[in-house]
Amino acid sequence: MIEVRELRREFKIATSKGLRRNYKTVTAVDGVTFDVAAGEAVGYVGPNGAGKSTTIKMLTGILVPTSGDIRVSGVDPSKQRRDLAKRIGVVFGQRSQLWWDLPLKDSFDLLKSIYRVSSQDYRTRLDECVELLGLEETLLTPVRQLSLGQRMRGEITAALLHAPELLVLDEPTIGLDLESKERLREFLKDINTRRGTTLLLTTHDLDDIERLCPRLMVIDHGRVLADGPLDELRAEVTPDRELVIDLREPGPAPDVPGVTAVRSEANGLRHHLTFRRAETTAAQLITQVVRQVEVHDLAVVEPEIDDVIRKLYQRQVAQDAHR
Amino acid sequence: MADVIYPRLIGARLRSQLSYRASFAMDFVTQVIAQCYELLVILILFTQIHALGGFTKNEVLLMYAFAGTAFGVADLFAGQLDNLPTYIRTGNFDVLLMRPLGTLPQIMCSDIRLRRIGRISGALAVLGYALANVPIGWTPAKVLLVIATPIAGSVIYGAVWVVACSICFWIVDGREFANAVTYGSNAFTSYPINVYSRPLRWFMAFVVPGAFVAYYPSLALLGKQDPLGLPGWVGWTSPLVAALAAGVAGLVWRFAVRHYRGTGS
Repeated sequence: MIEVRELRREFKIATSKGLRRNYKTVTAVDGVTFDVAAGEAVGYVGPNGAGKSTTIKMLTGILVPTSGDIRVSGVDPSKQRRDLAKRIGVVFGQRSQLWWDLPLKDSFDLLKSIYRVSSQDYRTRLDECVELLGLEETLLTPVRQLSLGQRMRGEITAALLHAPELLVLDEPTIGLDLESKERLREFLKDINTRRGTTLLLTTHDLDDIERLCPRLMVIDHGRVLADGPLDELRAEVTPDRELVIDLREPGPAPDVPGVTAVRSEANGLRHHLTFRRAETTAAQLITQVVRQVEVHDLAVVEPEIDDVIRKLYQRQVAQDAHR
Repeated sequence: MADVIYPRLIGARLRSQLSYRASFAMDFVTQVIAQCYELLVILILFTQIHALGGFTKNEVLLMYAFAGTAFGVADLFAGQLDNLPTYIRTGNFDVLLMRPLGTLPQIMCSDIRLRRIGRISGALAVLGYALANVPIGWTPAKVLLVIATPIAGSVIYGAVWVVACSICFWIVDGREFANAVTYGSNAFTSYPINVYSRPLRWFMAFVVPGAFVAYYPSLALLGKQDPLGLPGWVGWTSPLVAALAAGVAGLVWRFAVRHYRGTGS
């Protein structure tokens, strides 16, 4: 669905010193290579200024790459912008493609004409989105009066009316409340698994990734730091898992070989233990622990994606320093 | 095909505007008044003089009305290009690039301001008055010329607008410059061009083909000699000049959008 080879994008930035203007070249995307197969759901994450949006803009044909090759849906985005537009759907969380002063339904009708969707297809697709996203009551409301959550659901419907093979979402859940986020995620998951629509999304909300994307790509300073299933990345960069145990009586942490007691809370009622995921399974550890102490409750804690990503950055920085 | 969608985009735009009825009515009236002010300037001028560059009051009014109508129509379709800096700054230009349509027609259709019809109707009224009060030896060809002139004129102005606004892709605050060219050429074309100094005349007549909006067609209509010596058939060539200007404008726009996609914002 997406093929990207050695993609580079430079920007010239003017720096003024007195009356003299100098131009500094900044590389926003620096040799990015990846493939996305049809039907995948990929999370594209990285800090602000990492090159995410620039990549998205090149994939959607808005920006032309400085060098490198892109094929999206079999088309070169920079040369066949209009062809590409018919095959993909794009949602920018921070800008709208709806007609601000008109009822939501009017925007959909206009997009139907713009993308030349047959009346029958339009009806089925719109009905489906309206039902799954709960939009019935907002269809006749002018877009400017919609809440952010309602508007985002409208934006996503708008991007799906021409049944794109690929849906690109740039921060689709930004600014939404928890319930709206959850509703969007459920819907996106559904169109990905049931309709087979390929998803590529950038986000700062790592719950989006956890819920939606079996595959995670991490980018920073224009380079891909990691690319793979979330679980694998987690295992690779954070080899430790944590077991939290609550004891019936305050006491010292159980002593199990290969396990480190990191800290204890509540005067020794609660203990945090870390163990290598490669060496011990949680089940083995628990059996050993309950032999030693009387356990009231216990939980296995996986490292947060934030930690995973932070570790990835640190690793990259260390490698760069080493070089 | 594409011709189905643009009228719909215009329709959507009109409905949006009617959702703010009061401000629409105000704007409409303001536009009619603005047009009357310019008219007043000419009328007052002619209380002091009898001819301007060899043209009578009604002949000047004819030029003024051709220019006003053409400018009004161009303003209706191309005036929204003044908002291009906003499109670029807010990233809405990217939204236009995401659609399977050309960017220029999308901007033109999506932002039409109905109030500008106020300006056009004012100019059309003056055109009617002037045509009834100047000596014209009517022939079928001249009837055609009267119809073709405002159309060609609007295309010429529209082209000027597109070219002038393309500068905003390089200089985001290029709007002042663009307005100087567009509104400036309207002021220029409302009067006989022989009243201007030679360099300005050349620039405005042939670089910006403003003289083809009203001046040369009016000469042909009135059957008058060009005081500057160009042959009489020049007045009939406005549609050709318009086609040429539109072609150049299309190329400049494409070049500008390519520059935008090459640099981003």
